[in-house]
Amino acid sequence: MASLDRVKVLVLGDSGVGKSSLVHLLCQNQVLGNPSWTVGCSVDVRVHDYKEGTPEEKTYYIELWDVGGSVGSASSVKSTRAVFYNSVNGIIFVHDLTNKKSSQNLRRWSLEALNRDLVPTGVLVTNGDYDQEQFADNQIPLLVIGTKLDQIHETKRHEVLTRTAFLAEDFNPEEINLDCTNPRYLAAGSSNAVKLSRFFDKIPGFPDRKRFGAGTLKSLHYD
Amino acid sequence: MSFLIDSSIMITSQILFFGFGWLFFMRQLFKDYEIRQYVVQVIFSVTFAFSCTMFELIIFEILGVLNSSSRYFHWKMNLCVILLILVFMVPFYIGYFIVSNIRLLHKQRLLFSCLLWLTFMYFFWKLGDPFPILSPKHGILSIEQLISRVGVIGVTLMALLSGFGAVNCPYTYMSYFLRNVTDTDILALERRLLQTMDMIISKKKRMAMARRTMFQKGEVHNKPSGFWGMIKSVTTSASGSEKLSRQLFLETADLYATKERIEYSKTFKGKYFNFLGYFFSIYCVWKIFMATINIVFDRVGKTDPVTRGIEITVNYLGIQFDVKFWSQHISFILVGIIIVTSIRGLLITLTKFFYAISSSKSSNVIVLLLAQIMGMYFVSSVLLIRMSMPLEYRTIITEVLGELQFNFYHRWFDVIFLVSALSSILFLYLAHKQAPEKQMAP
Repeated sequence: MASLDRVKVLVLGDSGVGKSSLVHLLCQNQVLGNPSWTVGCSVDVRVHDYKEGTPEEKTYYIELWDVGGSVGSASSVKSTRAVFYNSVNGIIFVHDLTNKKSSQNLRRWSLEALNRDLVPTGVLVTNGDYDQEQFADNQIPLLVIGTKLDQIHETKRHEVLTRTAFLAEDFNPEEINLDCTNPRYLAAGSSNAVKLSRFFDKIPGFPDRKRFGAGTLKSLHYD
Repeated sequence: MSFLIDSSIMITSQILFFGFGWLFFMRQLFKDYEIRQYVVQVIFSVTFAFSCTMFELIIFEILGVLNSSSRYFHWKMNLCVILLILVFMVPFYIGYFIVSNIRLLHKQRLLFSCLLWLTFMYFFWKLGDPFPILSPKHGILSIEQLISRVGVIGVTLMALLSGFGAVNCPYTYMSYFLRNVTDTDILALERRLLQTMDMIISKKKRMAMARRTMFQKGEVHNKPSGFWGMIKSVTTSASGSEKLSRQLFLETADLYATKERIEYSKTFKGKYFNFLGYFFSIYCVWKIFMATINIVFDRVGKTDPVTRGIEITVNYLGIQFDVKFWSQHISFILVGIIIVTSIRGLLITLTKFFYAISSSKSSNVIVLLLAQIMGMYFVSSVLLIRMSMPLEYRTIITEVLGELQFNFYHRWFDVIFLVSALSSILFLYLAHKQAPEKQMAP
């Protein structure tokens, strides 16, 4: 379980909410021009400055695993997806602000992803019911991102932004709402960017991890 | 007076069907989406309601419920409304929602949707030319013209679905075709998948670092320098690995599905379905055979199965019973079963199809397309069901629909059914052959 070699963050959410656009924005600071359906899992890498602005600042790679599909997929697809949920260090839940059902489905997504690590106790929750005690000792930091903010009319924003309040009771996640086609939402110094940094910093064990730059300069000359 | 009572019965049943369509739309189709355009839901439920009313009228015809003249009136009215919906409303709204999705044309939505509708009407009309479906004494905008064209499309759809279903059903039920999948196969494939993901990650890490270093040095606009060329080459090889990872993901999902089916086939239910599968395969072969005979010998069955069955029992087996009484009840049961299974089968297929191809942007358009298909399917079922009914009950369909060449539709159904069944056999054979070869590859 060489989990110190990599930082793995899952990006989960319903089909069509904008996970691929979000991951592209986070990793390449550019808007994704032609989003298409994600089959399986697509990965991208973000360079993160741990404790930015302090003397202990170090730079690391964070792998963002964008797992495609819907909560209601066939069980064979779910079993295949489960292979990506191993040794996860953080989870980003993505929902669509214009679609109520995508935020309701976040509950089921959390069950699917977090149950994986709790299975060794031998007790499987099969009826899909939400059991709060299961997640009481959850150590994995969580972030909830709502997309397509630009498509919500000003007057309805308040009502829409309180939809994910139910997750706060159980997980106390951070929340960000943005529009993936506009990089200014994550511009350096904005409150969203600060929340994002804080979330990544919560991932435990950074000082022990292999750092960005260490040993990678050599690989530039291979290919 | 009796006309009023009959009409109120019809209207009540129509409201019931409408409610059922509404619920089905909300609970099943749009399970994962938010319904923002209620007009789509209304159109879908209305199409469903009027299609079911047609079937209801056939059943009433057999059972002799309601007054004969009021039945005739409701038939005519129902048919007009359904044709209005299928030819005018649904295509117009499909065009409207397609145009709404395209940002450029947003301002002149109505204009462009009218244009789209006119194009649709043109092709719809042209559809009637190559087929010998009408005698020339009908006017331009009569029911017969519209129904004949709707019938052609609907019968084609029915035959395609029927042909594919007839072949796919035994293939899915029978465990003879199941490939042998072990846990080690799955684990090996999963390992390959994770290795591919690791490869992609290491390439992306290099790209990210190169980007960052360039950004820090301020060399963002430098074209083919060393870094830029490096990024380009890494990008192309990363996309090759990404394709591989997608393929491996799909193969692993396929293996899991096969493993589940193997375990299911060991259960009692699985064995029952396996047994059914053998029956269905024989039935399918018989149907293909009959379709070929019909085409080759240019034969259209004159008598319906009910009357023939009764003839056989009376003449050959010597059992005497009240022909009229039994023929009515047996036709009712037979036609009822056909109607219920075709409605249920169609709804299930539509739901599966919808889940597979819809996204949050296109859900409205797709659901309207499905409503159109559903309407046309049900209208042509009425055309074809005429064949399964004894003569005395066929009259109303013949009266209402006018002088359509019913024989043509049956022949057309046989042809398309044959083509569809044979191509499905070919397709399934190729797919089945290809799969084990993929697993053998290192």
